[in-house]
Amino acid sequence: MTATTEELMDLEEALARFDPVMGLEVHVELGTNTKMFCSCPTEFGAEPNTQVCPTCLGLPGALPVVNEIGVESAIRIGLALNCEIAEWCRFARKNYFYPDMPKNFQTSQYDEPIAYNGYLDVEVDGRTFRIEIERAHMEEDTGKSTHVGGATGRIHGADYSLVDYNRAGIPLIEIVTRPIEVPGHLSAAVARAYVAELRDLIVALGVSEARMERGQMRADVNLSLKPTGAKKLGTRSETKNVNSLRSIERAARFEIQRHAAVLASGGTIVQETRHFHEDKGTTTSGRVKEEAEDYRYFPEPDLVPIAPSREWVEQLRATLPELPGARRKRLAADWEISEFEMQSVVNAGALDLIEATVAAGADAASARKWWLGELARAANEQAVELAELPITPAHVARIVVLVAAGELSDKLARQVIEGVLAGEGDPDAVVAARGLKVVSDDGALLAAIDEAIAANPAVAEKIRGGNHAAAGVIIGAVMKATKGQADAAKVKELTLSRLA
Amino acid sequence: MSAITREEVAHLARLSRLALGEAELDHFAEQLDAIVGAVARVSELPTDDVPPTSHAQPLTNVFRADVVRPAGTPVLERAEVLAQAPAAEDDRFRVPRILGED
Ligand SMILES: [Zn+2]
Repeated sequence: MTATTEELMDLEEALARFDPVMGLEVHVELGTNTKMFCSCPTEFGAEPNTQVCPTCLGLPGALPVVNEIGVESAIRIGLALNCEIAEWCRFARKNYFYPDMPKNFQTSQYDEPIAYNGYLDVEVDGRTFRIEIERAHMEEDTGKSTHVGGATGRIHGADYSLVDYNRAGIPLIEIVTRPIEVPGHLSAAVARAYVAELRDLIVALGVSEARMERGQMRADVNLSLKPTGAKKLGTRSETKNVNSLRSIERAARFEIQRHAAVLASGGTIVQETRHFHEDKGTTTSGRVKEEAEDYRYFPEPDLVPIAPSREWVEQLRATLPELPGARRKRLAADWEISEFEMQSVVNAGALDLIEATVAAGADAASARKWWLGELARAANEQAVELAELPITPAHVARIVVLVAAGELSDKLARQVIEGVLAGEGDPDAVVAARGLKVVSDDGALLAAIDEAIAANPAVAEKIRGGNHAAAGVIIGAVMKATKGQADAAKVKELTLSRLA
Repeated sequence: MSAITREEVAHLARLSRLALGEAELDHFAEQLDAIVGAVARVSELPTDDVPPTSHAQPLTNVFRADVVRPAGTPVLERAEVLAQAPAAEDDRFRVPRILGED
C-alpha cells in the first residue's frame, strides 16, 4: 500500500544530498484532418462518438490505412529534432485491456521507431543544455474517459466510466528523451524549458497547435534520484499527463522532494505511475507499472511496413522552416541584445509582437521598451497574455514613430497607450481626441511660466537668488497648467532665463 | 510437459481484467496448453533458410490521403454504434470502473 500523505524533504536539502535524473516523454497530437488509420474527422469539441467508424471502433473486419500526412509530420518532427530517419519500420500492437481503446490494443511503434538519435538544445539561465532524443515514434490517441461517481472524479472511488471515442485514433507522435542529468537546482527549469522549446518547434513546423490546455501536447515526467556523485540510477516514478509548463516544473520539484524523503528514511521507491494534481501541485500513486512484456507487442499485421525513401526524406527536410532556436539567435543579433535579454522577451510572450512592431517601422530598442514595460504591466494587471491586449504591433510602431519625431513625450505616449487599450481608437485618433501634443511653442510656455511666477513670488525670489532647485515648483505648476504636454527641460531653461 | 502454467493464465487474466475462478484457471491452462502445442508443430518444419516476416506480401508505404470521408459516405449513426454496447449513457459507452487506471 502507498501512504496517502507524502513526506517531503526540503528542496535545498534534497538537492544537496541527491542528483536528480529525468526522462521526458511528450505526446503531440497532430493537427491532421483525419485520424491516423481511418478517414474520420478530428475536430476538437465535437459531440461524443460522432467522429467514429468501424476502424477506430475496432469492429471485426475493419482495416486500417495509414494517413500519409501523419507519416510526413513524424518525419519532419524527427528531422527538426536532428534525428536519423528509419529506412524501414513497422507499426506494432500494444495489447492492453482498458476501455479507452475499443480494439484492446493501441497501434504504436515498438522497437522500430520512425526517428531516433536526435537532440534539442534548450537555454536556461543563459546556459545551453543539449537534451538528447532517444526516439520519436508514431501511434494513435485513445478515447476520452469520464469517471462518474466517487469523490474526486478520479478513477479511485469512481463507480463507472463513460467513454467517447472521438479522440481514439487521432495521430500522436511520442518523443522520448534519453536520461537528462543537469545540475539539480536547474533540473525542473530545464524540464520546463525543453517542453516549451519542443512546443515552439512543433508550432513552427505547423504539424500541431500543441495547445497543452486542450491536451494536444502532454508530458510524462520520469524522475529518479541517486546519491550525489553516484553512478547507478535509482528507481524512477512516472508522473503522467502533466498539462502545462508550470506543472512540469512543479511536478519535477515535488517528485525530487518526495523521493528524497523516502530514500533518506531508508525506504525504497516503487516503480509506478503517479498522477499530478494541478490544484495542490502534488502527485499521488497511480498503478504499478506493467512490464513491457505484459503489453505483448507484436508487428501489426494489418499495416505494411513504412520505408521512407531517402529522396522523400530530403524533400521533407527542405520544407523545414527556420526553427525557434535559430530564429531567436538571428533576432537577438539583429536587435543587439544578449541571449539572456532574449530569454526575458520570450518568457514575456513578446517575441512575435516585437518582431512585428519592428517590421512596422519601430526601432528594436523602443519596441522592446514598450512591450516589456508599459504593455507588460497592463497585461499583468488585466491578467491576460501580452498578445491578448487590444493593441497591435502597428499601433505600437506608430507611437514609437511619434515619440522619435518629438511629437509625443514618453509621458504622453503612455497616455496614448492607455487610450488605445481603453478602446478609444488607434494612436492618431487618441492623440486627436485627447488633444495630446508636446507644447514646444515658446510663447505659450512663457505665458504659463509668467503666470506660475506671479502665483509664487517667494519661490521666484529664491530662484533669482541663485537657488535653481526651487525651479521645480514653477516647473510643476507649468506642467499642471499644460496638462503635462510641455517638455520639462524646456520649461526649466525658460524659467531660469526669465529669473536670471 | 505443459508450456502454459496455471500461474501464467492467472497473470494473463489479471492483465485482461478477467476474474477467473480456481476451476477456470485449470481449465484454461489445459486448453491454452493444447493450442500452443498445436501451433508449436510449425517449428518442426525446416525453416533455417526462410527469413522471418510479419506480412504475407512484400509491400511497403501503403498510404491514404489526409481527406475526411467524402460527404455521402455511409457512416455509423451514433445510436447504432451505442446500441452495440452492453450499456450507454450521455451518448457515451458506459463501462465498469477499472481498477488501477487513471
Ligand atoms: Zn474512424
